[in-house]
Amino acid sequence: MKATVYVTIKENVLDPQGVAVKGGLHSLGFNEVGKVRIGKYLEIELDTNDRAEAEARLKVMCEKLLANTVVEDYRFELED
Amino acid sequence: MKFAVLVFPGSNCDIDCYKAVEQTIGQEVDYVWHTATDLSSYDCILVPGGFSYGDYLRCGAIARFANVMNEVQKAAEAGKYILGICNGFQILTEANLLPGALIRNNGLKFRCHQSPLEVVNNNNPFTRDFEQGEIINIPIAHGEGNYFCDDETLAELQANNQIIFRYAGDTNPNGSVDNIAGVSNKAGNVVGMMPHPERAVSDILGSADGKRMFTSILNAWREQHGTAING
Repeated sequence: MKATVYVTIKENVLDPQGVAVKGGLHSLGFNEVGKVRIGKYLEIELDTNDRAEAEARLKVMCEKLLANTVVEDYRFELED
Repeated sequence: MKFAVLVFPGSNCDIDCYKAVEQTIGQEVDYVWHTATDLSSYDCILVPGGFSYGDYLRCGAIARFANVMNEVQKAAEAGKYILGICNGFQILTEANLLPGALIRNNGLKFRCHQSPLEVVNNNNPFTRDFEQGEIINIPIAHGEGNYFCDDETLAELQANNQIIFRYAGDTNPNGSVDNIAGVSNKAGNVVGMMPHPERAVSDILGSADGKRMFTSILNAWREQHGTAING
């Protein structure tokens, strides 16, 4: 199975990179740009066919390593 | 008193920490590789700065799972003294030995300069040789030193006197919550800070104020072990 994991900075935490990119887009004339938030995208191959097990173990991976839940949120998608 | 300086792939302030111990207080000190499985003979563990594991994923996120960190956890529970500096601070927060997290500086720049700090709590083994409220001069060098914690954690830090250092006045270089530069755990034996006291141990380095962190910890240890205290 393949998992796609998205790690994003929590809404109440400042994302200075996002703010800088927003400024960059504005200076290029993309004035319609509002808020920009930058996160991480991970592709993970899993050697299992058991969806429930994969979900449970991905949750642990996210909590233990992939995201720092003090400042980040995560979500993931699974495809066969 | 015996010191360990942990070394991870990518640590780069390990030699500075080692020399600081050797040259300020003349105590026994060893480099300890990240694979070590026994720290029981050490009284104080220094987690140095640098870019452990290339800062991959997040600063300190990979180092936190090195073998030696199980021993650091045990040492923390046993009340041993632990100081994380810069990347060492990031590793200790990732390991949940200290509250909060360090995120990108609000100005996005890597800030590298002398920084005036206020000693917020001198009732800690690492700061007892400073005056309460004293302003000291310690250099910083970081791109991800913006200390963040939620409001509830901040209230707890304030209530338990866990804020050890703040950036003085309006000099906050990174946007940290409540101008925090260094915090301790609840028991006070684990301290993390972004500024580098080991780089401020001699006037020819620009400041000798960091020296007193090392004399503090030696005096705290001596008091605990009933031996003579350095004046």
